[in-house]
This record gives sequence, structure tokens and C-alpha cells, in this order.
Amino acid sequence: MNALAYNTVKSESRVFDLDLVRQDFPILSRAVHDKPLTYLDSAASAQKPQAVIDVIRYQYEHEYANVHRGAYSLSEALTSKYELAREKVRQFINAKSDREIVFTKGATEAINLVSATFGRTLEAGDEVVITGLEHHSNIIPWQLLRDQCGIVLKIVPISDEGDVSLNEVELALTKKTKLVAISHISNALGTVLPIKEIAAAAHATGAKILIDGCQGIVHEKVDVKDLDCDFYAFSGHKLYGPNGIGVLYGKEEMLDAMPPYQGGGEMISNVTFEHSEWAELPAKFEAGTPPIVPAVGLGAAIDYLSSFDRKDITAHESDLLAYATERLQTLNSIRLIGTAEKKAAAISFVLEGAHPHDLATILDRSGVCVRAGHHCAQPLMDRFGVTATVRASFGMYNTREEVDVLIGALGRAREILC
Amino acid sequence: MQVSEKDEDILSLYQKIILDHGKSPRNAGVVKQHNCRSEGKNPLCGDRVTVTAALGDEGQVLNLKFDGKGCAISIASASMMTEAVRGLRADDVRKMIQAVAKLCKEDTSDDQFFSEYGDGLGTRIEYLSALSGVRQFPARFKCANLPWQTLLSCLDGNDSATTEG
Ligand SMILES: Cc1ncc(COP(=O)(O)O)c(C=O)c1O
Repeated sequence: MNALAYNTVKSESRVFDLDLVRQDFPILSRAVHDKPLTYLDSAASAQKPQAVIDVIRYQYEHEYANVHRGAYSLSEALTSKYELAREKVRQFINAKSDREIVFTKGATEAINLVSATFGRTLEAGDEVVITGLEHHSNIIPWQLLRDQCGIVLKIVPISDEGDVSLNEVELALTKKTKLVAISHISNALGTVLPIKEIAAAAHATGAKILIDGCQGIVHEKVDVKDLDCDFYAFSGHKLYGPNGIGVLYGKEEMLDAMPPYQGGGEMISNVTFEHSEWAELPAKFEAGTPPIVPAVGLGAAIDYLSSFDRKDITAHESDLLAYATERLQTLNSIRLIGTAEKKAAAISFVLEGAHPHDLATILDRSGVCVRAGHHCAQPLMDRFGVTATVRASFGMYNTREEVDVLIGALGRAREILC
Repeated sequence: MQVSEKDEDILSLYQKIILDHGKSPRNAGVVKQHNCRSEGKNPLCGDRVTVTAALGDEGQVLNLKFDGKGCAISIASASMMTEAVRGLRADDVRKMIQAVAKLCKEDTSDDQFFSEYGDGLGTRIEYLSALSGVRQFPARFKCANLPWQTLLSCLDGNDSATTEG
């Protein structure tokens, strides 16, 4: 069983062969409405390779108990796998230490953790800077904080192309800026932000930076040391891992200085009714029984991805994006939303005379899964004067033929609707 | 590309009459002298519809208009609603709101349905039966139902409605 390969940190290396990659994802061979599944919604959640499914199954069938608790071998075995998953994440993003990797249930929880702890150290009048293209999960936590303690929330405007310029970010920074919280890659438009430069600009004014890396971690190689970011948050389920697991990377000195997030088991070193002491990092931020098996599944997903040269995956995804962009532009009365120079793996559009939901319903009957809606980025939709778009997004397993299926299905949808 | 028979469900959802109302909605706008108004929202997809009505002393619908943004289904449903309920008494409007929810959701036969709601509402209900294509698309039920829920909250004197909760 290849689940045992999990125990090594270094994974074997493979050539990126699209046919073989597709065979690794069992769901891709199923049909939807008697048509082959054409899954173009990986930005919402990615499909899972067999290796991840196997590891999860193996854990429940052979090696399941709680972590850090039982003085018996089953618990010890799973505990070491849970900690090994942390080490895999650390290597994957090149963090300095395991202590900087906090497991959460997803990116949303990771961002809320920062707003509820680091945020608690802010004072009325302090400024938090976000951009106009953020996912609701990187807007609402800061609004809640604003309403609680009077911070000022500043929004960096988006260009007509759906881009965020370093210059606009710099204009928003002041001596009162305490945090810049921005996406690495926009989930709605695919725009890639200049996060390294933004991090440097934030630091130059004395602010910290949190990067919402939900999409970024999937499509680019992330090196948190090189980026010099203070926080980097992502979810496992978009990275070909299971759902129910996310990661908050935080610089050790940041995490050390922050108060705990939730109280409970695991996060303490000593408890009396008068006074409790917090556990060491990262346990201090992992109250309660953590998502143990999902963490191990995430470790397996990282092994899977790391077995390829990431450059090959990126090149394949860029090719799909370029091809889809070119083909979509041949359709009449299409409007692409988001035409930034640097984009990754997602393309948003509207077709005149056909509402995104109607399109998505008809596409579904052709086996094509796309997202139609506001993509949890309503302010961004407002910015472009639409209530919704259709978004096709690509994973490592998508093909040019699937783009052709999308184009054909759009043509037919238009025949029905217009 | 040829539209195949497999698309029967799709074609019954997007019937001519639905597409026609979706594209050229009737009674779009605001009733100037309205005495009730409600705003409906579908927070999942961002669709919204505002209903304004002039109700008579006994609650009969004298005039009804809607203003909104949404998909073909929700706009068509709103447009057909403004035609179907005009002139009805409030209790009949409520009955019709129930009828539409059933029509769009439940797998009742037409006979059964008309024996339950046909009386009194008669041809108006028949007119709305084009909405029943939604049955095969449960994810789209909210689109069809939003205008009706908004009308209901209008009658109830609430100024907002949502498809959630
Ligand atoms: C850019 C971005 N941020 C945050 C999130 C929230 O992630 P999750 O729902 O997994 O917590 C998502 C996913 O929808 C996203 O794409």
C-alpha cells in the first residue's frame, strides 16, 4: 500500500504526463448527465488523487486514535504522522520551524485566528489595509474587528484590468498601518498580486503582512522566507488535499507574542482555576482535538504535488489559461472580467443576454462544472458592475480538450438562451 | 451545435414563454403610489428583486411592479407574477404563492395540482405552469421562488425577504 510511502519526507520524482496525472484522480473518469465530467471548478475545491484517498482510508482502517494523548502505540503512530504532516507543510513553504505551522480547519479559520489574536493588540485608529478583490473571508474578519475596536479599514482600489498595483498599496500605507491583508492570487479573477513587493512596502512603514494564499499556494511555489511575510494562510482542499484542514503560517516571534485563539485541551501546559499557562507553539493555537486525519491527508497531497517539478504544472496551467482565453474571446458578446497581465488558472466572464446561473445550469447538463455567482467577492463584482460571473478554473489535471467542451457547451447554451 | 433530446429538461426549464419574460419583463419598475414595498435577496448568488404594490382597502392587488437583477428564471417568475396576481384578493394571492412553491418543487401531477388550486385561480395558475420546469433543477428553486417570497413579505408588511433561513 502506497500509504506507507507517507512516512518518508522526500517523495519520489515523476515526470508530468497529463494522461497519467488524470488517471491518478479517480473521480475524473465518472460521467455527469451521461457526459464525461469536465471539472472546471478547482478554484472552489480541487479533486483528490488516489494517493490522498488511500492515506486517509489507511489511517481509519489501520491506525486511528486521538493524538498526543494515549500512551499506547496506535496514538503514538498517528501523532507522529500528524507531526510529520506539519514537517511536510514546513518544507513545502520553506518555513524556518515547525513551530510556525498551525493547523486550522481552513483558510477562513486561519484568517479569523489572526484577526482575533493579533487583531486584539490593535487600538482604535490603527489601520488595516486590504484590497478590493478580497474573498469575503479576508474582508469580514477585519470588519468585525473594526466594529469591535475601532480600527480603520482601508481598501486598495482595483484597476479596470482587475489588477492591484504596488503603487496603490503604497498610497494606502501610513504610519498608522498595522497590517496589510491581501490575496496572493484572486479566486474570482485569477490576478496574481506582487506580494513580495507589497510585503517589503508594508514592512518599510512598520506594518505586518498577512497573505491569503488559498489560490496562491496551488499555482505558485511559495517560499515564506523569501517572501518575508508575517502570515500566510491556506486551505488543504484546494491543494488536492481533504477538506477540514487549513494552515496558518506565522513567523515565530509573531505567534509567540499573540494571545491564544480558542481555549481548550492541547493548548495549555498547566491549568488551575486561578491561572493557566499556554502550551508551546504551535499547540498554543490548536485547542481541542485537531483535524488529525485531514492533516495527514494534506501531507499526502503535498507529497503528491512535490513528486512533480512544480514548473511543469505551472507551465501546463498557463497553457490552459492562454488557450481558454483565446478560445473564449472568439465568442460573440463575451466580456472577460479580469485581464491583468499576470494571471493564474482562473478566467471569469459574462455573456451578454445570458445570466451566469442560466449558463451554469445548461453547462452542467453537458457535464461541465463551472462556478456562477459572486465568488464570495461581492465588492469586486460591484466594482465591475455585475452581480455575478461565470468562472472556469483549472487544476493540474485539466486538458485543452476540456476547454473545447466548455466552448461548445457555451455555444449551445447561447442557442437555448438567446 | 445540435440541441439533442437529452436536453428535454433544459428545454422545459427554458421554455419560450420563460425566455420571453426573462428578456422583456412585464411591469418592470416601481409603482409610484405604492403602499407596500419589499426587497428580496438571494445572498448565495446576489440576485435581488424589489416588489412594490398598490393594495386596495380589502387587500386586493390593484397594481404590482418589480425591479430586479437576476437570472432568466427569477426575472421571468417575477414578470409572470405581476401579471398573475393583479386584481386578486390578498387571500387568493397567498394561496397562489403557496401554489407556485408547490408547482416548482413537488412532483404532483397536473390534475392533482389543479384540483387543489384550480378553483378560483383557474387560468391564472395554468399560465404559471411554465415555471414547473424548475422541478428538475432543485438548485434553481430559489430563483423561481424569490419574487413570490418577496411579494409575501410585502403583504405581511415586511420590507425585506431572503431565500435563506
Ligand atoms: C482567495 C480565497 N480566500 C479564502 C477562501 C476561503 O477558504 P475556505 O472556505 O477553505 O476557508 C477561499 C476559498 O473559497 C479563497 O479562494
